This record gives sequence, structure tokens and C-alpha cells, in this order.
Amino acid sequence: MGAAMTKLNLLVALALVFGFADKTLAEDAHAVKPPKQMKWSWDGPFGQFDRQQLQRGYQVYKEVCASCHSMHLVSFRNLSQPGGPEFSEAQMKAIAAGVQINTLDDKGEAFDDKGVALQRPGTAADRFPSPFSNELAARAANNNAYPPDLSVITKARPDGSNYVYSLLTGYSDPPAKFELLPGLYYNAHFPNHQIAMPQPLATDDQVTYAPNAGNPAATIDQMAKDVTAFLTWAGEPKMEERKQMGVKVIIFLVLLAALLYTAYRQLWKDVDH
Amino acid sequence: MAHGNYSYKPTNAFMKWLDSRLPIVRLVDESVLKFPTPKNLNMWFTFGGILTFMLAVQIVSGIVLAMHYVPHETQAFDSVERIMRDVNYGWLLRYMHSNGASMFFIAVYLHIFRGLYYGSFKAPREVLWLLGIVIYLLMMATGFLGYTLPWGQMSFWGATVITNFFSAIPLVGESITQWLWGSFAVDNTTLQRFFSLHYLLPFVIAGVVVLHIWALHVPGNNNPLGIDVKGPQDTVPFHPYYTTKDGFWIALFLIVFAYFIFFNPNFLGHADNYVPANRLVTPAHIVPEWYYLPLYAILRSVPDKLIGVILMISAILIWALLPWLDTSRVRSNNFRPIMKQLFWILIVVIFLLGYLGAQTADDSNLVFFGAELPIGKLLLSQLLTFYYFAHFLVITPIVGLWETPNPVPESISKAVLAKKNGGAVPVAAE
Repeated sequence: MGAAMTKLNLLVALALVFGFADKTLAEDAHAVKPPKQMKWSWDGPFGQFDRQQLQRGYQVYKEVCASCHSMHLVSFRNLSQPGGPEFSEAQMKAIAAGVQINTLDDKGEAFDDKGVALQRPGTAADRFPSPFSNELAARAANNNAYPPDLSVITKARPDGSNYVYSLLTGYSDPPAKFELLPGLYYNAHFPNHQIAMPQPLATDDQVTYAPNAGNPAATIDQMAKDVTAFLTWAGEPKMEERKQMGVKVIIFLVLLAALLYTAYRQLWKDVDH
Repeated sequence: MAHGNYSYKPTNAFMKWLDSRLPIVRLVDESVLKFPTPKNLNMWFTFGGILTFMLAVQIVSGIVLAMHYVPHETQAFDSVERIMRDVNYGWLLRYMHSNGASMFFIAVYLHIFRGLYYGSFKAPREVLWLLGIVIYLLMMATGFLGYTLPWGQMSFWGATVITNFFSAIPLVGESITQWLWGSFAVDNTTLQRFFSLHYLLPFVIAGVVVLHIWALHVPGNNNPLGIDVKGPQDTVPFHPYYTTKDGFWIALFLIVFAYFIFFNPNFLGHADNYVPANRLVTPAHIVPEWYYLPLYAILRSVPDKLIGVILMISAILIWALLPWLDTSRVRSNNFRPIMKQLFWILIVVIFLLGYLGAQTADDSNLVFFGAELPIGKLLLSQLLTFYYFAHFLVITPIVGLWETPNPVPESISKAVLAKKNGGAVPVAAE
């Protein structure tokens, strides 16, 4: 009885709770295949993004994803900020200038006299333009499916980075007897295993990486990893700053706790308690 | 004030002048610095200090966040992301505030369970305990209101589910719900008033905290032995003894807090809340924040909405009766061999209810380490709910009368001396 017994009770309780919790994750497996558990460069308290990977990932996003998916929270200027792909200022401005942005003329008109939208080249301050002007237009062009905005997609799905990578590499032929609805594609990592998005990364070298030293071959797997890295950064652009500050804060707090502990023991030394 | 024979003496002419007009320095001196505190408090008694600190963290970070947040249904989500991306250290403020809410609740639960274990709710501290329940209810409301503000899917649907509780009230339920919404559904009007109230309630909490501390300072602190302070030999001044000791434990608490802020900031949240609110798409599985889960399980344990809501509210309000339901002469469970076991059973029951609150609302059987247990989730939550209420209403009064407590030490100072010398604890004469 007594203290040992109560501690045992507590341990059993915790084991029950966490045991149950584990089980529920596995239990959902018949519905959605859990994401593949990958090792990423940004994992852990000292994790950082690989600049070259983010730059390749941006290229995959721009040439593949951006034809259907918006990313309206990200600006071109973010591409050259610290902790991101860190394109040079000139590269970033060139990227922005390569995009046409809807604009108004000095009379506040959005269209010219033939009803065509007025446009200007993008600047560093512009957000990434969306491929469709509204949800209806997006649905009309995509078999009534709405491609979600990708700005925070890795935070908007459980185990987001692994999920995005698994989804991109998770296309396969449906198992025998599986009834696939018309216009949908089989993907075990998607709820109900049917997804409206056709396999976006379908062939190796779909995107042509610049022949830099260090750029790997553009296999489907590599492109999926690269764009996952880019989307993870876009969802959490201050991650490197956050983790670096975190290490300093934890070190500070440990030292503070040690000092306070010493003061407290010193003070209480002569008090029976 | 309790057990103190100290007095504040102004040291110079100005302090004398001030003291005879506004004795604020005297107040701080007597109620904080020299406040006689039992010398045997263990780490479970530091959560009061931690909670005061966390309230300040939440208020300060919240005030700055409110300078950048836009309470409008079309802009709220993006304004939170703007804080994360473009406001200087906005990510830090926002993760401090969202994780701070969870840390606040971790601390308040430990604080409540400590009070339960050491009998801190018993006479003469009933009013202190009741004020604590008021603070906890205000915290629940504040946490819920705050969770709606980012206007993600869980914000919107959580607000819809919780506000619908009021529609269970007979006759006037629907009118009250629409009055709360300011509309016929959760929409922009609701978001704006929730923001206003979320800004208001922390200051109400701060006010009740002042009353809570006032009510603490009349009888003085309880302590692990649960016996009254007999004289100055049982106490030390709060400062510097407990300022350093609490400071050390606050620093340890901050390390855990910092871990979540900097290395796992979304662990305690829900991914669906990074999907903007959409009234046409219901999330597959609406779950409240973790700190409401045991109550959510109690709510869902009965099929009738009104009874469910009454049970859920009663699950907290029943604490208010505890000082009169506990019939034991002894405060601390250290000296109550039966009640000590029942305390830990209650903790397990609350954990299990929390687990069930996170599950889908169906009546499938529980699966444990691959084996399907022959008990449905619904039946299990009903049994646990029944036990939860029985613990307070039946078990606590009966055990208090029937149990023979172990002998209680004569005084704090004698108990700590005996512990130091490794001898037997001198026992109070019966």
C-alpha cells in the first residue's frame, strides 16, 4: 500500500491512455494509409532547410502545382528572405517580373476598352497570383473539385510534410474489386482512397532542374521531396528563426533554473522543512 | 492576518506620510514579502505562482496580438497568418499565446488536483475553493472564445457545437442561442462579440484572482500535512524563501513551455484549424481543445442533449459542494489510506474520460493493444461518468465517516524535525 502502490496506479493509467492513443492511429489504417515516415533536413531542434532544395521545390511548385493551386499568403519577397530558398534579390525580382498581375489604371479601371483585364509585371511585394479568379472558376476547370490553397497545407493536415510527400508518391492502380468513381484517381493516402487530382508528378524529368553541381536527377521521388520542402517552408517561413531562438532560450532557462536552484538551496539550508 | 506577529515600520518621513494616507507599501510588505508561509510546502504548491505568471503572459501577449488581429470573418484567418509571417516576432507572440493557454490549463489542473489531494478545499478555506471554481469556469469560457478567433474549421465548428448547448434549454433555448450568436448562425457578428468578450474576461479573471489571494491570506496556506500552523516556528516569510523556490519551479515550467513554443508549436492544436472556416464543409470529427475532453465525454455519454449539458455543467459545479461532502476530520490524503487510493482512481477515471472524449462518437468497441475489448465506448463513458459523480456524491461522504485516518502530527515544525532526525513523527494527543 501507500506511495509505491499509488505510483503504480498512475503508471498503469498512463500506459492505458497512451496505449489507447497509439491504437486509434493504427485503427484508422483501413480508411487512410498513414503517411510514410520520412527523415527531413528540417526535423529536430537544429533542423534547417536546404536552400537548393527549396529553390528546386519552388520550381516544381511553379511549373506543376501553380497551374491549379493558389498560394495567396506567400509573397515574392519571401523567396529571398533569410530562412527560405534565399534566392538573390536580383533573382527574386526577376521571378516576380516574369509574372503578370491584374492591376488598375490611373482612372481606377480594371479592364481596357475591349474588356481585357489590365496587367503589369509582378514586383517583390506582390503575393503569388492565383490561377483562378474565384472558387467557381476553379471548380469549373477541375471537374468540380476545388484545389486547396497551399500556403499552409503542411500545417493543415496531420503529419503534414509526410502527408504531402506520401500523397504525391502514393498514386497506384486501384486494387482488384475497388470501385473507382469516374473522374477520380486511386491514392491510398487520401480519404476514401479516391482523389480528384490526377497524378501531378507522373514522369521523371517532368521539371528540368538547372544542371548545377549538387542538383540531383529530377526523379518523381526527388521532385516530391523538393516540393514538400518548399511547401513546409511556405507554411512556416520563420521556422529556422524559431528553432534557433528556441535553443538559446532553453539554454538560458536551464542556467536560470540552476541559479535559482542554488539560491533556493542556499537559503533553505538552515531551515528544517 | 494569520499567525504573524510582524508589522511594517515605515523607514523615513516620506514613507510615514504615504503610509498614513495610502498604506500600499504596508500591503505589499505584509501580504507578499513577510507573509508567513508554512515551511513544509512541496513543489505541488508552486502552481499558484505559476498560474499568476501565466495569466500575466497571456494578458501581455494577447494585448499585442489584438493590435494586429482583425475580427472579421473574411479577414481573421489571414490576419493571424499575417501575424505569423509579417509582424516582427509575431510568430513568437502567437505561439506563446496559443501554447500558453494549454500550459495555463495544465497548471490549473495540477493546482486543482493538489487542492483535492491535500484537502485544501476543507474548512476554513471553502470560500478560497469556491473562488477557484469561478476562476476555472472563466478560464474555460476564455479558452473557448479565444479558440474561435483564428476562424479556422475547428474554430467555427467548435463554436457551433458549444453555442448549440444553449439550445437544449427548454422553451427559450433557441432564442438564447440566437441572442448569443447575434444572428441565426455562427457568423461575423458572433466572431466580433467573441473577440470583445475574449479581451474582457482575462481582466475579470485577474479580479477574481485578487479575491482568491485575499481569501488565501486570511486562513493562510494549507500544507502537505494538512494541519494548522501553530505558531511562527512553523512558518517562513514568503520572501525570500518562497520567491526563490517558486522562481526555480517557474523556470522549470518555462522550459516545458519553451519546448512547445519553439520546437512543437502545433502539437497541442488541431490541423483542421489551419483550414479556413467553411460553413458548407463539416470536419469529419469535431473535437474540442484537450482541456475540455473529459467534460465532452460526459456530455456525449447520454443520448439526451439537455441531460448531457446538465451533467457536463454539474461535473464542475459538484466541486462547489465538496467542502461539505467531505466528512473526514483530516485534510491531507497523506493520512487517509483509503481516500488516497480513491484519489488516484479518480485521476485515472478522468484520464479515461478524456481519452473517450477524443474518440469518434459511435458505439464501436474499444480496441486495446490489438484486442477488441467487449465494451462499447458509449457504455464505458456512461460507467465512468457514473463513477465520477459517485466519487463526490457517495464515496467521499461515506469514506470520510468510515475510514480510520492515520495519526496526524502535532505540528509542522515537530513533523519536519522528526523527518530530519529519521525518528517517528510525534502525534497529536487525541
